[in-house]
Amino acid sequence: MTENEKPSELVDEIAELPTPVVRQRSRFGVSLIWLVPALAALIGLSLVVGKWLKAGPVITISFQTAEGIEANKTQVKYKNVVIGKVTAINLSEDRSNIVAEVNLDKSATSFATADTRYWVVRPRVGLGGISGVDTLISGAFIGADVGESTEYQDSFVGLETPAPVTHGAPGKRFVLHTGDLGSLDIGSPVYYRRIPVGRVVAYELDKDGQNVSLQIFVDAPHDRYVTDATRFWNASGVDVSLGANGLQINSQSLATVLAGGVAFQTPPYAPSTSPVAKENSQFTLYDDLPKAMARPDGEPQYFQMRFQQSMRGLAADAPVEFLGVSIGSVLSVKLDYDEKTQRFPVVVNAVVYPLRLGIAYDKLVAMAQRDDGDSSAAHLLGKLVGNGLRAQARSGNLLTGQMYVALDFVPNAKKVEFDASAEPLLVPTVPGSFDQLQEQVAEIVEKVNDIPFDQIGKNLNNSLAGLDKTIQRVNGEVLPSLKGTLDGAKTTLGSVNGVVGDDSKVLNDLSQTLREVQRMARSLRVFGDYLDRHPEALIRGRNDSPAPADKRLGKEKP
Amino acid sequence: MNVPPRAIDLGLVGCHVCGMVCRHKGSDVGLACPRCGSALHQRRHHAYAITWALLIAAAILFIPANLVPIMNTASLYGSYDNTIIGGVVEFWHNKEYDIAVVIFVASIVVPTLKFIALGLLLITSKRGARRGRRQRAKLYRGVELIGYWSMLDVFVVALMSALVHFGLLGSAAPRPGVIYFGLVVVLTMFAAMSFDPRLIWDGDSDDD
Repeated sequence: MTENEKPSELVDEIAELPTPVVRQRSRFGVSLIWLVPALAALIGLSLVVGKWLKAGPVITISFQTAEGIEANKTQVKYKNVVIGKVTAINLSEDRSNIVAEVNLDKSATSFATADTRYWVVRPRVGLGGISGVDTLISGAFIGADVGESTEYQDSFVGLETPAPVTHGAPGKRFVLHTGDLGSLDIGSPVYYRRIPVGRVVAYELDKDGQNVSLQIFVDAPHDRYVTDATRFWNASGVDVSLGANGLQINSQSLATVLAGGVAFQTPPYAPSTSPVAKENSQFTLYDDLPKAMARPDGEPQYFQMRFQQSMRGLAADAPVEFLGVSIGSVLSVKLDYDEKTQRFPVVVNAVVYPLRLGIAYDKLVAMAQRDDGDSSAAHLLGKLVGNGLRAQARSGNLLTGQMYVALDFVPNAKKVEFDASAEPLLVPTVPGSFDQLQEQVAEIVEKVNDIPFDQIGKNLNNSLAGLDKTIQRVNGEVLPSLKGTLDGAKTTLGSVNGVVGDDSKVLNDLSQTLREVQRMARSLRVFGDYLDRHPEALIRGRNDSPAPADKRLGKEKP
Repeated sequence: MNVPPRAIDLGLVGCHVCGMVCRHKGSDVGLACPRCGSALHQRRHHAYAITWALLIAAAILFIPANLVPIMNTASLYGSYDNTIIGGVVEFWHNKEYDIAVVIFVASIVVPTLKFIALGLLLITSKRGARRGRRQRAKLYRGVELIGYWSMLDVFVVALMSALVHFGLLGSAAPRPGVIYFGLVVVLTMFAAMSFDPRLIWDGDSDDD
């Protein structure tokens, strides 16, 4: 009701209101507004597509520890260029490792390949130097090194130490075989004439566990000094040698003394035409320089020697010398039992390298070939034994008692039968020099023993008793009379003193007399002078003119 | 309850700018205020479509605004891109709870609430719902009011980029995310403007 009334009242008022102006306005189609969300959708889509296009592979790298790595912060760098970022860090399922998830850049897709290596770059302080100092401030990052493989891989096991050689670095890798690693480690330097030219990049135990294979990398251009004839040796530690020239201490550098290193050189006798070693050539790593530089030993010959005396001080590896030249070493020292003689001979097995004899060996072979047409080692040895070659255990070091086996020609050696077919060849022996010495010393000791020391002592004792008696008599009889004599001498000296003492009469008289004589001498001189001037006075007597001396006195006196 | 009649019921139209009330001439097309000359319409033309379009565009852009980094900070420790959420989390971890909350509310909660509020207004108005018209009107005013303050993040980035220039020690630079965020704020403001609050009161008027 009120609702019906009100409009009617209002209608009049509304009729008085002005009407709006009608204007022609250009208008956009309303549907155009939908361009805005379409545009927004387009932007969003382009972002997604862009992101998808830009996103590189996602890889996982496992490390032993996540020290220094942070999700969304730690970067992956190759040659200090950022190629990705760690997005998450998780523990591996067995909790033994950490697994870092890394988003690589699109441009770094090639880093998700099988032989890429990753490691965490942290500050490291080693004997070889300090590295990664920049990470002290910026925090650790993950270093990468790509290989040549194109095979896709997205899970990696990170290295715990930085890869020592970047892929594609100029140089060559070589493999060294050695019995044990010594103090070498990854990154140990490789020296050529004491210049560091490379480093050890890897090592692993051979499959049979008997040897260690080292991989070294020699930088270009020094890699061309590694030829097929090159020898490598372990340059760790210090070589101290005491020779005729005095004490010599040799080492590569202080770092190698502490941390070890490898050195190589081509032996001077090697042909200079030996070809440059190829990549991954295999070499032996010798223990030290002399071993590395030794000429090749050639075929080894195995000898056996039977000694009849104690071989204390002879151990495996003891040298076998021929006239002072080391030609081999002892392999084993064992005891045997001889039923016939009921003795225990010592069986010494040794290896000998005939080539170490050098020219002598060549000549021997030539001679044997010429004379007998047989140059086998057995035949040669037979000839030498026939000429008196014998083995002898000698003391190399008197202090420690170390022994070595000497092969030497013994004059007047007993003839021995030589079995050229024995395996190994048996070298006859003679008792060692030390044993001879021992016998001689024993003889001397026996002779010394024979001297009648107690009898000598007794005689000596008697003599001493006689001497004692004599001395007692001297004391009792000679000394009192000597005292009387001395007293007499003393009184004599006293009276002499009275005569010649300071205030003695004799001395007084003597000095007065001397004064008189002096005066007399003066008047004699005056008289002499006077006579000199007036010789006539002798005849005429003295005239009255005063003497010159008086004149002078008269002048002074007035 | 007795509801006062709407202008549309009486054939009237009011000017938005000078408040002049005129008689409506049947068609809404091309009307202008006889006093101030600004456009007159009983209801904003295509308010639903425009608001929806702007709102959807803002919602789409809200996604990259949150995912794309808005700022890059570089210091001695390296250079890092920060997203809004990342910044909030970082502040929270550094025990700066107040700042974290402020940024979170201003950058994430408020835009989200605006989307929800405007969407709610659009849907309910379109359906001519009669419940809570006053509350919805209040909601609309709240949305309009809050619009001015949503640029906080953009200002933060702008200020940081302008002020933090310490070379190696530290510097800040804007990243594309801030543009998307700014676009979100602008688009939601336009959406709120293009919505005609009179639509709330349309529909069945007898009840409520």
